[in-house]
Amino acid sequence: MKLPSFDYQAPASLAEAVALLAAGDGSARPIAGGQSFLPVMAFRLAEPSLLVDLRNIPDLSGIKISDAGVRIGAMARWRDLLDDVRLAEAMPLLPAAIDHVAHYQIRNRGTVGGSLAHADPAAEMPTLALTCEAQIDVVGAKGERVLAAADLFTGALQTSLEPDEIIVAVRFPAWAKTKRWGFEEFSRRRGDFALAGVALCYDETEGRAANVRIGAISVADTPIRLKNAEAALEGRAVDAASIEAAMAAASGEVDPAGDIHASARYRKALVGTLLGRALESAAGRKAR
Amino acid sequence: MKTHAHTSNTYIGAHIERVEDYRFLRGEGQYLDDVSRDGQWHAAFVRSSVAHGRIRSVDASAALAMPGVHAVITAADIEGDIPTIPFRRPNPTIGPYAQPVIARDKVRYFGEPLAMVLADTPELAEDALAGVMVDIEALPAIIDRESAMADKILLFEQTGTNVPTMFNADKGDVDAAFASADYVIRDQFATQRQTALPMETRGLLAEWDAQTGRLSVSGAAKLPFFNRTTMAKMMNLPDEAVDYIELDVGGGFGARGEFYPEDFLVAFGARKFGHPVKWIEDRREHLMAIGHSREASCDVELAFKKDGTLVGMRGALYINIGAYVRPNGMTPVRNAAQFMSGPYRIPAIHLDAYACVTNKTPAGTYRGPGRYEGCFFIERLMDQAAGALGIDRLDIRRKNLLTHEEMPYPLATVLPSDGRADTQCDSGDHRVTFDTCVKESNWAEKAKLQGKLIDGRYQGIAIGCFIEGGASGPQENVRMLLEADGMVSLFAGSSAIGQGLETILAQIAADSLELPMERIRVFHGSTTYLKMGWGSYGSRATVMGGSAVLDASKKLLDLFRASAAKRLGVAPETLTIAEGVAKAADGRSVPLAEVAGDRLEVDGSFKNNTPTYTYGAAMAHVAVDPGTGHVDVVDYVVVDDVGRIINSMTLHGQVMGAAVQGFGSVFSEELVYNAEGQLLVGSLADYLVPLASDYPVVRCVSMESFPSPTNPLGAKGAGEGGIIPVGGVVANAVANALQDFGVQPKILPLSPSRVWELIDDARLRA
Ligand SMILES: Cc1cc2nc3c(=O)[nH]c(=O)nc-3n(C[C@H](O)[C@H](O)[C@H](O)COP(=O)(O)OP(=O)(O)OC[C@H]3O[C@@H](n4cnc5c(N)ncnc54)[C@H](O)[C@@H]3O)c2cc1C
Repeated sequence: MKLPSFDYQAPASLAEAVALLAAGDGSARPIAGGQSFLPVMAFRLAEPSLLVDLRNIPDLSGIKISDAGVRIGAMARWRDLLDDVRLAEAMPLLPAAIDHVAHYQIRNRGTVGGSLAHADPAAEMPTLALTCEAQIDVVGAKGERVLAAADLFTGALQTSLEPDEIIVAVRFPAWAKTKRWGFEEFSRRRGDFALAGVALCYDETEGRAANVRIGAISVADTPIRLKNAEAALEGRAVDAASIEAAMAAASGEVDPAGDIHASARYRKALVGTLLGRALESAAGRKAR
Repeated sequence: MKTHAHTSNTYIGAHIERVEDYRFLRGEGQYLDDVSRDGQWHAAFVRSSVAHGRIRSVDASAALAMPGVHAVITAADIEGDIPTIPFRRPNPTIGPYAQPVIARDKVRYFGEPLAMVLADTPELAEDALAGVMVDIEALPAIIDRESAMADKILLFEQTGTNVPTMFNADKGDVDAAFASADYVIRDQFATQRQTALPMETRGLLAEWDAQTGRLSVSGAAKLPFFNRTTMAKMMNLPDEAVDYIELDVGGGFGARGEFYPEDFLVAFGARKFGHPVKWIEDRREHLMAIGHSREASCDVELAFKKDGTLVGMRGALYINIGAYVRPNGMTPVRNAAQFMSGPYRIPAIHLDAYACVTNKTPAGTYRGPGRYEGCFFIERLMDQAAGALGIDRLDIRRKNLLTHEEMPYPLATVLPSDGRADTQCDSGDHRVTFDTCVKESNWAEKAKLQGKLIDGRYQGIAIGCFIEGGASGPQENVRMLLEADGMVSLFAGSSAIGQGLETILAQIAADSLELPMERIRVFHGSTTYLKMGWGSYGSRATVMGGSAVLDASKKLLDLFRASAAKRLGVAPETLTIAEGVAKAADGRSVPLAEVAGDRLEVDGSFKNNTPTYTYGAAMAHVAVDPGTGHVDVVDYVVVDDVGRIINSMTLHGQVMGAAVQGFGSVFSEELVYNAEGQLLVGSLADYLVPLASDYPVVRCVSMESFPSPTNPLGAKGAGEGGIIPVGGVVANAVANALQDFGVQPKILPLSPSRVWELIDDARLRA
C-alpha cells in the first residue's frame, strides 16, 4: 500500500495540462483532490508515469449561478458546495445530496470534477448530474467538447473521456424555484458509500408531477435513471398510490449486484424504499 | 480542613486523567514508525494469493535485479527444518499444526508469507514484490467448518484430520439432568470471523550487534518476555542476548504482540545481513496476516424445570481456527466451552468444543475470546426459552443467577488441560449488578415500548449477563528505585497496550508509598528493565502488576525505615512513616528524598494462579428500521462489579470502548472469504469498525461491592467485560423489536441487509 514512483507537474494553464497529458506514454493522469486516485495508486491498481495536478489552473474553480443554471468548476470541492448559501437557494438538491459525501477531511479535498471522472456508481455527483441532465465541459488535445452526463459514464469507474481530456465544469440547467426534489440514501455508517440512493426532482402543475427525473446510486455499473418509476409518476398526483406504484417500478427495474456489504435482493428492495421516502419528503416539503 | 493537595490513599478509586495522554496529545508519542536507524533496510512480504496449494517454485531473481533491493529471503535460505512459531498454551495434540515461519512445501492460507524482500525504502521493497515469481499448484480450499470436519481434503495430510483438538467441558451428570427436565430448547447459532484491529498495525525493528552477539527487537507489545525467550530459542541465543523494547503501542486487543512468523523473519534478516531491518505492516496485509478470531458456531441445548430453573446444558461448539494453531489459537475454543454457562447456575454441563483448521488466516484471541461467542449463544437461548416457558425475561435470569452465598463457584472442567482445566468465580452477587442494570436502564418504562412501531421504527429491549474471567497468573514483577532526585522509578513487567498502565501503576505506587503521584515515574514493557516479567493479556496488568507494586512499596518503605533509623540513631521500629517522612518519637524526622543517596532499590512480585471474575449485566434498547434493516442503539447500559475500582475514568474508558467495539462485532465487522479462500476484505472501507459518532449513548455503571479475594488490591481484571454481552443483548433486543414478525437472529453480524432479509423472509412466510 505504498505509492509507486511517478513524476509530478502542476501546470498553470489548461493548455499546458492538456499538453502534458497528451505528450507522455498515455499513462499520465490528472489529479485533483487525490481522495480517490491516491488510494487506487496505493493499492497498485494504477501506476501512472506522471500526475498532472490541476490545482494551479485558474479557470477550474468556482460556482457560478445565473438564469441559465448553475455552473460548477471541476476543482470546486465538496466543502465549497456545502458552504455556498446561494447554491442552497438556487438548487437545494445539490447540497442536500453532497452532505452525504464521505467525511469532513475528504470533503475538504475531494472535487466535483474528480468525482465525475472517477465515475464511481456509488458516488452522489454522477447520479446528480445524470438526474438533473447536466452538461459536462471538457477540453482535450483535440479541443473542447460538451458531453451530456448520460454520455459520460460508460461503466464502473469508466468514462468516455480521452486520456488527454480534462473536465472543466459541470453545468446544471436552470432550476425553477418551485421544483420539488428529494434525496435519500442509505449507507452502513455515516460517510460510507451508499448501499443505494435516490435523487429526484419534478415540477408540479395543478397538483400533478411533470418532468419527473429519478436517478439511482449504487444499483448498477453506472449511475442510472429509473425510467419506469418516472413513468409511474409522470402526469399523476404524488400520493400514496402513485408513490407505491413508483416504488414497485423502481425495485422492479433495477438489477443490482450483491457484494460483501449487501445482497442483491436487499439492494433491489432498498432502492424502492428510498424512492418512497424521497417522494414523501418531496411532496411534503413546503413549496416555495 | 485539609491544607495540602494530596492526602494518603486518595489516588486509588479516584477519577484521574491518564498521565500518558499529555505525551500523546502533544504528538510526543513514540511509535515504532517514529524510530529509524542508519543503514536500515525495509522489509516487505510476498504473500500467497492462493489459499491452499503446493509450492512448485519461488523465484526471486527479477526482484533481486531491481533498484534498491538487497536481498530476498525464501524458505530456501533457512537451513534444516523451518522453525515454527510457539504455542502459549500447549496441549498433547496440536504439535503438527504449528505455523512455520515461512512456507516451504505448502501454502495453507491467503496471505501466508512466501518471501521477504529487503530494500532501501518501503516503497522499493513493495515494488520488488512483483518481481518475485511464485508458482503454486492450487488445491481445493476448505473454508468452513463443515467441509473441514468432513476430513476429505486435509490441510495436514500426516495427521489424518482437520480437527487438532476437541475440548470437553464437563460438570455433573448431564444425562440425568436432561432426563429430569420439563423443557429443553435446542438451537444453532454462529458468530462471524473478525479481527481485533488495533489502530496501529504491527511493526518491528530488529538490530543485530555482531560484536556483542546481541539482538534487539523494538515494537514489543503484550508479551515481551515470552516472545524474547521464544526468539532466543529460535535464533539459538541465550535469553539475555535478546532485548525486547516496548515503545508506545497503538492498541492490542489480544492480537497485537503475539509471536508471528514475521517476527522471526525480520530478526533473521537483521542477523544474516548485519543491517537493522524495519517492517511496518500495511493495513491490507494486517487484515490477512494478524490473528483472526470469533468464527464460531454451535448446536446446543438448555434444559429447564417448568419454573425456569436451569438444570443442564449440552451440545457442540465449532471454532474455525484457520490454517494453523497459532500461539493462542486454542484459547477461544477452550474458553467458549468453559465460560458459556456465564453467570448462570447450571449444575450439569457437557460441551464438546471442536477446533477446526481451514484455509483461512490462523486465529488467535480478540478481547473476550470465546466469552463473547458463548455469551451470544446462551443469551439467545435464555430469551427464547423465556418466551417458550411464558416466563418474564428478567425472572428467568434472576432465578438462575449466582449469588454471594455460592462463591467461590466452580465452572465446568475443560480437558485436555492447558493448565487451566478448573476455575471458579471468585466473588460477587450477580443479582446485584442485574438489579442495578434493570434500575439504571429504566426497564419498567422501556418495557412498554417492546415491539411497538414508533416513528417508523420497531422498538426492542433486552438484558443479558456476563462473567469476565481475567487477571491470570502466573506472576508479575516490578523493580522500584529511589532516585537521586527523590523520585521513585518503577520498572514494571506489565506492558502498555493503550489501557492507561502508567497512570494505574503510578496511582497504586503513590498511595502505597504515601507520595504524590508526580513523584513516581513508570517504565514498563521492555525486557531491559527487569530480569523477568509477564506482560498484559487477559485483563491482568492492574491486578497482577498492581499487586506487585504493593509488594515493592512495602519493601521500599522498609528500606527507608532502616536508612532513616540509622541516620537518626534510633531503632527502626520506633519510627512512624507517613507521607514520605520518617518520624522519630522525639519529633526529629527524615524525608524520603534525604536518603536518596542510599540507592534504595527493591524487587516486588505477585504470584497467583487464580483468576478474578468481573461480572455484570447489560441492557440494550434498539430501534429497527424495517425498510433499511438499520438498527439504531438508542440506549445501552452496562453495569459491572470489578471488585475494586482503581481509576473510574480509565475503567469507564475500557468498558465504553469495549461496548462500542462490540457494536462493531454485532453490526458491521466481518472478514469475508470467497469459495476459493480469498479474503475479500482489503481495507477499512471493507472492514467496518464503528466510527466515533456511531454509538453516542453508552452508559457505564461500575460497582465494587465484592472485592476479589485473590489479590491484596481486591481488584479484578476489567478490560474485556464490556464486549462480552454485546452480541447476545443486542440480538435479543432486535428479536424483541421484531416480535410481530417472529424474527430470531441466529447469525451475526446483524448487517442491515441481514436484518432486512430476516424481516422480509418473515413477511413472505406470513
Ligand atoms: C473514505 C472515503 C469515503 C468516500 N466516500 C464518498 C462518498 O460517500 N461519496 C462520494 O461521492 N465520494 C466519496 N469518496 C470519494 C471522494 O468524494 C473523492 O474525493 C472524489 O470521488 C474524487 O475527487 P478527487 O478530487 O479526490 O479526485 P482524484 O482522486 O484526484 O481523481 C479521481 C480520478 O479523476 C481524475 N480526475 C480528477 N480531476 C479530473 C478532471 N478535472 N478532469 C478529468 N479527470 C479528472 C483523476 O485522474 C482520477 O482518475 C470517498 C473517499 C474516501 C477516501
